[in-house]
Amino acid sequence: MVRSGWFSRKPTGDKSSTNIPAGIVTKCLRCNEILFVKDFERNAKVCTKCGFHHKLSAYERIEITVDEGSFQPLNEHILSKDPLHFPEYPAKLEKAQTNTRLSEAIITGTAFIDNRPVVIGVSDFGYMGGSMGSVVGERISRAMEYGLAHRLPVILFTASGGARMQEGLLSLMQMAKTSASAGKLREEGVLFICVLTDPTTGGVYASYASLGDIILAEPGAIVGFAGRRVGNQDAGVNLPDNFQTSEFQAEHGMVDRILPRKEIRPAIALLLKLFDGRRHNDR
Amino acid sequence: MIGDVFDFEKPIAEVENLIRELKSPQRHEEALREGIDLSAKIAELEEELHQVMVRVYKNLSPWEKTQIARHKDRPYSLDCIRLIFDDFFELNGDRLAANDEAIVGGPALLENRPVMVIGQQKGRDIKERQRRNFGSAHAEGFRKALRLAQLAERFHMPLITFVDTAGAAADLHAEELGVSEAIAHNLREFSLLKTPIIVTIIGEGGSGGALGLAVGDHVSMLEHSIYSVISPEGCAAILWHDKSRASEAAKSLCLTASNALALGVIDDILPEPLGGAHRDPVTMAETIKTSLLTSLNKLDSFPSIDILIETRYQRLRRMGEYAERTPCEENGNDG
Repeated sequence: MVRSGWFSRKPTGDKSSTNIPAGIVTKCLRCNEILFVKDFERNAKVCTKCGFHHKLSAYERIEITVDEGSFQPLNEHILSKDPLHFPEYPAKLEKAQTNTRLSEAIITGTAFIDNRPVVIGVSDFGYMGGSMGSVVGERISRAMEYGLAHRLPVILFTASGGARMQEGLLSLMQMAKTSASAGKLREEGVLFICVLTDPTTGGVYASYASLGDIILAEPGAIVGFAGRRVGNQDAGVNLPDNFQTSEFQAEHGMVDRILPRKEIRPAIALLLKLFDGRRHNDR
Repeated sequence: MIGDVFDFEKPIAEVENLIRELKSPQRHEEALREGIDLSAKIAELEEELHQVMVRVYKNLSPWEKTQIARHKDRPYSLDCIRLIFDDFFELNGDRLAANDEAIVGGPALLENRPVMVIGQQKGRDIKERQRRNFGSAHAEGFRKALRLAQLAERFHMPLITFVDTAGAAADLHAEELGVSEAIAHNLREFSLLKTPIIVTIIGEGGSGGALGLAVGDHVSMLEHSIYSVISPEGCAAILWHDKSRASEAAKSLCLTASNALALGVIDDILPEPLGGAHRDPVTMAETIKTSLLTSLNKLDSFPSIDILIETRYQRLRRMGEYAERTPCEENGNDG
């Protein structure tokens, strides 16, 4: 059983695939198919057999989304404190930083997509479930304000369980803060695109993630208000199989298009072209 | 006796029972027969009752406050509306799908001035609670609220909201009609609404469902109300897989009015009558009314509606606590 080491890594339900070791093979978290890491990576972590979209880290997402080398981070110097002195919070932050090598659960910055300048923000589920505390909210609001000031489209990829419990009310207020900033974009006619990826729930889905002028989503992503676990479901109500997925949300009019991972960059590029905002005479 | 007795209220209930006993007709007759004057004893006990109540109610733990905020006799939105305003005219329906009775609202007069009032309503008896989904609104409720808010805007009526919910509905129907979108939509539109907004958290300020009515220019909390990102039970379940540790979680979450004030989330705390709002709703309503009039006066004095809205935005922009590493350190660490 020499090779058993290759297969010994058991997929754990909610662990993101970002931790897959740089081995030779890996396993699809849904269909259990053994995949060559090389093929898997080349396919942007979409299972080559069943099409399951595994989670991407923030930098993996940026790599497949923007023009090579064009990403310039913004506001990386804004960092979390522990305003409530919440049990174990500093340790959790430290662990998240070590595991993801990120400074917080979202990275924001400027970039080009097909030579068009944008402001982009990408959450990383690996960092405390992508949860939104003061720093995530502040980076989003600042990104939006940057887009406002420079009239650049704002593109946010969500991947978050919701508001960060460890910052209590301050996290709740980030919902209002980011939504108010989205309101400014709307008032000023600056394009705002949201791409919902697995998962987008709770306070993030109930704030800026629902406010894009255009909302795209990846197939099979968990998207909903309260997780199946949290929701107070009526006894006896049969939940549809696709409850709280991007497909469910699209069926109910909450999502414009569900697109496979590799079609998202071209779709954004096209939207940037279609919504460039210049009057016909200026073209 | 009012409502159920919480553990922390037992010392109060003991003295109250003694007083009630001494004031009973039998005791009165007995005393008359034997020529004893009970009034001195009663006065003494009443003084003791006051002392005990002060001691208990000035030192409530966050979990005890949570219980008071959820007290079944606590004044609800419709009680506040009835006691504070005149000529309330309830309006119904979101003009899209349904009428959600977890949120009530309509125009009314505040000291002869037309305003729009919206509040979350829990319901008193089992039937009413079911009808109002225990004050947990679906998308329809938030959309009705937005409809009324925008109606207020068009007629230059200040908007007054009362927040009292454990949270928004989280069932299949809520998801089907897009409760998340409805809340997010309200957060954005309330931040842009061209009329003053005054928010009072009168009981439970539960998470996104509360926030859906709580973006405003002036936000007050009643002394024993709570405001939280998650219920203490939910927090305990996630952190320790043990709902019974809710009292610990309540402490960690910093959900009391004084916590919210210290965190810069609210503007002031409205003192409750001794023993909680449920013991004296009329006095509570007077306090709220005075506060509403003061806030309205302050907001009326803004030079323009644009400045009011920008001030509202800046108020939200200040929310949160974070460290800003200086660029010099940043270079050092990144290198």
